[in-house]
Amino acid sequence: MNFLTDINAQWVLAGCVLLGICSGILSSFAMLRKRSLLGDALAHSALPGVCIAYLIVGERSIPAFMLGALAAGMLGAFCIQFITRNSRIKEDAALGLVLSVFFAVGIVLLTYILNSSGGNKAGLKTFIFGQAASMVGRDVYIMASCAIIVIVFSLLLYKEMKLLCFDVGFADSLGYSSTWLDAMLNILIVLIVVIGLQAVGVVLMVAMLITPAAAARYWTNRLNRMTLISALFGGLSGALGVYLSALAPRMPTGPWIVLSATLMFILSLLFAPARGLVAKGLRIWSLRSRVARENALRSLYEWSERKKGWDDWAPLEEIASMRSQPPVQALRNLRGLKSNQLVEEKNGAFRLTKSGQDQAYQVTRNHRLWEMYLMYEEEFDADHVDRDADFIEHFLTPETVNELERLLDSHGLNLKQPPTAHPIATA
Amino acid sequence: MNTALDTTQQTNLEPSYIIPNPPPLEVHDLTVAYHRKPVLWDIDFVVPEGVLIGIVGPNGAGKSTLLKSAMGLVPPASGWVKCYGEPISKQRQKIGYVPQRESVDWDFPTDVLDVVLMGVYGRLGWFRRPAKRDREYAMGCLKQVGMADFANRQISQLSGGQQQRVFLARALAQNSTVYFMDEPFAGVDVATEKAIITLLKTLKSQGKTVFVVHHDLQTVNDYFDWVLMINMRLITIGPTEQVFTEDNLRKTYGGRLNIISELADAVSLNQPHGTEQQ
Repeated sequence: MNFLTDINAQWVLAGCVLLGICSGILSSFAMLRKRSLLGDALAHSALPGVCIAYLIVGERSIPAFMLGALAAGMLGAFCIQFITRNSRIKEDAALGLVLSVFFAVGIVLLTYILNSSGGNKAGLKTFIFGQAASMVGRDVYIMASCAIIVIVFSLLLYKEMKLLCFDVGFADSLGYSSTWLDAMLNILIVLIVVIGLQAVGVVLMVAMLITPAAAARYWTNRLNRMTLISALFGGLSGALGVYLSALAPRMPTGPWIVLSATLMFILSLLFAPARGLVAKGLRIWSLRSRVARENALRSLYEWSERKKGWDDWAPLEEIASMRSQPPVQALRNLRGLKSNQLVEEKNGAFRLTKSGQDQAYQVTRNHRLWEMYLMYEEEFDADHVDRDADFIEHFLTPETVNELERLLDSHGLNLKQPPTAHPIATA
Repeated sequence: MNTALDTTQQTNLEPSYIIPNPPPLEVHDLTVAYHRKPVLWDIDFVVPEGVLIGIVGPNGAGKSTLLKSAMGLVPPASGWVKCYGEPISKQRQKIGYVPQRESVDWDFPTDVLDVVLMGVYGRLGWFRRPAKRDREYAMGCLKQVGMADFANRQISQLSGGQQQRVFLARALAQNSTVYFMDEPFAGVDVATEKAIITLLKTLKSQGKTVFVVHHDLQTVNDYFDWVLMINMRLITIGPTEQVFTEDNLRKTYGGRLNIISELADAVSLNQPHGTEQQ
C-alpha cells in the first residue's frame, strides 16, 4: 500500500481533513442550537438539488451543485416550517416527512441521470455513500475555500452564535436577529453538506454534523474549546476514514469516516476526564469506599466513647452489629483503614491508632453537626449553606458551626474525646 | 389629578402617578395571534416611570406573550408598541429582558461570568468581542446579586435560585431603562426571593420601569406599585391599592373555583392598608 506517497491520495486526504474540520466547527453550533437533525434534512434534500443542477448545467460543476443544494435545502427547511405552522404535525415528524420525500425525489432523479446517455457523470453516482477517491485537486481547492469561510465565520460571529445557541429570546431582544443567524448557520451547513457529498455522501453526512461535537462536549465546559476539539475530532476522523477505506479497493469513504468519528465519540464517552463513564464510575466507587471507611471509623469511635476506653480492643462482631453489617463487610472496611495506619488489629479485634483517633474525631463531629443541622434546618438562612460543596464540614459557615456546636452541647451529644487529649497522645 | 377637588379619591398618602411624555412604554391596540388563534386582544396601556409593575393572570392568559410582543419578539397581528416614543426596534438598548429560567439549556458549555457578559453584547454590536472593561463590568453586576464567588463556575452546577440570580446579573449588565422579567420568582428559595426584591427596588429607585410576570397573588401587594391584570384582554392596570381588588381578580381568573378562595385570601391581605382605612 503506497497510500501516503501517492499524490492523488494526498489530495483526497487533505480534502477529507478539511471537510472534517469544517463539519466539526459547525457541528458544535448545530448541536447546541439543537439543529442537528435539520442538518440531516438539509443533507437529504440537497440530493435533488444537486441532480437538478446537473440536469440544467449538463456537467459536473461544484458551484452549480452548491446553488442547487442550497435552493433545495432552503425549500426543504421552508416545507418543514410550513408543515409545522399549518398543521398539527410536530417538527420531528415534519422533518422526517420532508427528508424522505426529498431524498426519494433525489434518488429518482439520480437514477434517471445515470441511465441517460452522454455528459460527464463522474462523481455523481458516489453521492449516496461518498467515494473520496473520485476527488481531484480542484475539489480540494473548493473545500479549502469553504473551510476558510467557515473558520472566518465562526471567528467573526462567535459571540453572536454563542448567544443564539444559549438563549434565542435574549438574542432577539438585544437585536441580534435569530432569523438571520439561523439562516447563516443553515447556509454554511448546506455548503458543508455539498462539499461533503463526494467524500461522505448524503446519507451519512448528518453524522459529521453531530458526532464530532457530541464527542467534544465530553472534554470541556467551554464553548471555544469545545469548538476547537470538535474541529480536531472532525479532521482526525476525515484522515482516519480515508486511510481505512483505502485498505480495500473501491471501498466507500463515507462509512469509514463516520465510523472513525464514532470511535472518537465512544472513546470520549468512556475516557473523558470529568464526564466520561470510567471517571464517573471511579468517582462513585471511591466515594462509596470513603463513606464506608468513614462509617467504620465512626463506629470504632462511638464504641470507644461508650466504653470510655480508648485503648480497648473492639471485637469485629460488635463493630459489625453497630452498623447492621455482615462481619465480612465490616472486616473489609477495617482492613482498609488498617492499611492506612488508622486502625490496629489484634486477635480479630480493632482499635484506633493516634492518627485514626484524630480522623475519627473529625468524621464523628461532622456527622453530629450534620444531624444537628438537619434537626434545626429551618432556623438557618439558606444562604449560609453551600449545598454544592460535597463534604459536610464545608457545607457550613463558621457562624453556623458555632451555633451547631452550642446545640450539640445542649443535647449532650458533644464529643467525649477531643483529639489533642487522648491517652495515646499523652502516654 | 393633583387638585384639591380630588380629596374624595385620595384618602391616603399613596403617590400619584404622572405619566411622562413620551412614556417608558406605550402599548396601543395590540393584538397577537399564534397559528391564527388570538392570544392577546386589543391591549392598550401606558405606564409611568420608575414603578414595579406586576403582571398577573391565569395560565394561558398571555402574560409571557405580552412581554414578548412588548419587546417586539412576537410580531403583532395589529397595533403597536413604543418605548419612550420610538418603535421598540430602535430602542433595543433601553430594553432589558429576563427570560424564564427554564427557557435555556443550563448544561450549555459556558461559565457564570460568560452568561452575565451576554448582557453587554447589545452595546457591543455585531462582530465586536467583549473587552477586559466589559468583563469587569459584568463582574460588578455579579457582585450585586451576591454571586461574585461563582464567576468561574460551570452553569450546570448552579441551583435554581443561583440560575435566577445569574439571569438578573445579566439584565443588570444590560443597564437598560425598561425591564421585562418573566417569572423571576418561580422556584427560587426565600433568600433569593429577598435578594430579587431588593434588586427590583434598587432598579426602581434609579428610575427604571420594571415589568414582572408574577404568580403569587399573596405577595402582589408587597412587591408591586402597579399591577396589570390580564386574561387575553386587559382587565385592568393601575396602582396596586386601587386596582388589585376582589372584583378585578374575579374578572381575571373567571370561574375557577379553586382560585377564588386564594383570591379571597389575597384580597383580605389587601384590606388593612387598603380601603378599610376610610
